[in-house]
Amino acid sequence: MNPIITIKANQRDMKHSIQILGTGCPKCQKLTNVVKDVVDQNQIDATIDKVEDLAEIMKFDVMMTPALVIDGDVVAKGRIPTKTELTTWLQN
Amino acid sequence: MFDWLEHMAQWLVYHLLGMNPEDHLAKALDFFIYDSIKILLLLFTVVFLMGTINSYFPIDRVKNYLSRNKLYGVEYFMASLFGVVTPFCSCSSVPLFIGFVRGGIPLGVTFAFLVTSPLVNEVAIGLFVGLFGVKTTILYVLSGVLLGTIAGLILQRLKLEKFLTPWVKEVLANAQRDQERFEEEKQSFKQRLPIIWDEALKILKGVLPYVIIGIAIGGLMHGYIPEGFFEKYMAKDNLFAVPIATILAVPMYSNASGILPIVQVLVDKGIPLGTAIAFMMGVVGLSLPEAMLLKKVMTIKLIGIFFGVVMLCIIVSGYLFNLIL
Repeated sequence: MNPIITIKANQRDMKHSIQILGTGCPKCQKLTNVVKDVVDQNQIDATIDKVEDLAEIMKFDVMMTPALVIDGDVVAKGRIPTKTELTTWLQN
Repeated sequence: MFDWLEHMAQWLVYHLLGMNPEDHLAKALDFFIYDSIKILLLLFTVVFLMGTINSYFPIDRVKNYLSRNKLYGVEYFMASLFGVVTPFCSCSSVPLFIGFVRGGIPLGVTFAFLVTSPLVNEVAIGLFVGLFGVKTTILYVLSGVLLGTIAGLILQRLKLEKFLTPWVKEVLANAQRDQERFEEEKQSFKQRLPIIWDEALKILKGVLPYVIIGIAIGGLMHGYIPEGFFEKYMAKDNLFAVPIATILAVPMYSNASGILPIVQVLVDKGIPLGTAIAFMMGVVGLSLPEAMLLKKVMTIKLIGIFFGVVMLCIIVSGYLFNLIL
């Protein structure tokens, strides 16, 4: 069996890891609040980390902040996604 | 195009509120209602259009294009042009700078982008169309793009790599040009639309209070300052007007969208347009918060040189405008 598929299938029950990349601008703060709201409202099992170190941010190859990383994938950069978008991403 | 709005504002002020058309306050109110609605409509249109263009030219594609292609000097102009369609947020300037450096894009080309991106942004264009009309706006955009190109070329000549902070020098040493073409997932316009619309509304909401306050102050000034009032003090042949206007402008970035409507009234009352454009370029294009952020990647000396060269270019274009307009 292809091991990659196994990992993907297990992800459904796994805890999400959410990272917010930003150097501390007001928009980054806003993104953090929106993410926290969505996680709380939908009782999603997730860890939320803020990444403020520039060298760390650059590892994600992101040029626009704030950026949102869910389970290692950059899903949005330079903008604050809507709650609907966030919910879809986190409930899959 | 906006006749209907003018009639509406007049009807509202002079009929519905029954104010005297000779009254200063009535004139100011009429001007305020007409101007704010017109400007907000145009602002939203421009922000939405620019958002649409940007959706098809995201920053990753821009960087990839500049990194992949050898353009024999045209890259300064291209970078400057790309700066127009990229929405500017000063907090993104640092990751953007690193991303460009890492992609092996020459420092001067990166600077060309960094100059134009805030200078000719969607909010400034929207306000310009509303306040000064299409012709002046095109002039502003063209000179902004040229200014970015020229500033980039000058900064490249100055060989400023040695003034980067140590960790950026390391990034520079390991810089690699992109080999592959940037491909993003295909999305239809219908899929993109909600995000573009949403972003446009957010931008508008963000600048709305400043614009309204700016127009209100402008409206009051419009009613009370006599025609040609400034011509006595800020004549075209006053050599110091342009540099002073540029220097005064730099600290005013945080409320740029509120200052533009006030400047429009000043132009109306006799300040030469070149001096006013130099002032507005200083307000929109150079910001102290951005300078503070850039400290992470540049030494103070480099930030000084960067701002100095841009200011010089702004002053020169101010003089040029005063000569030709």
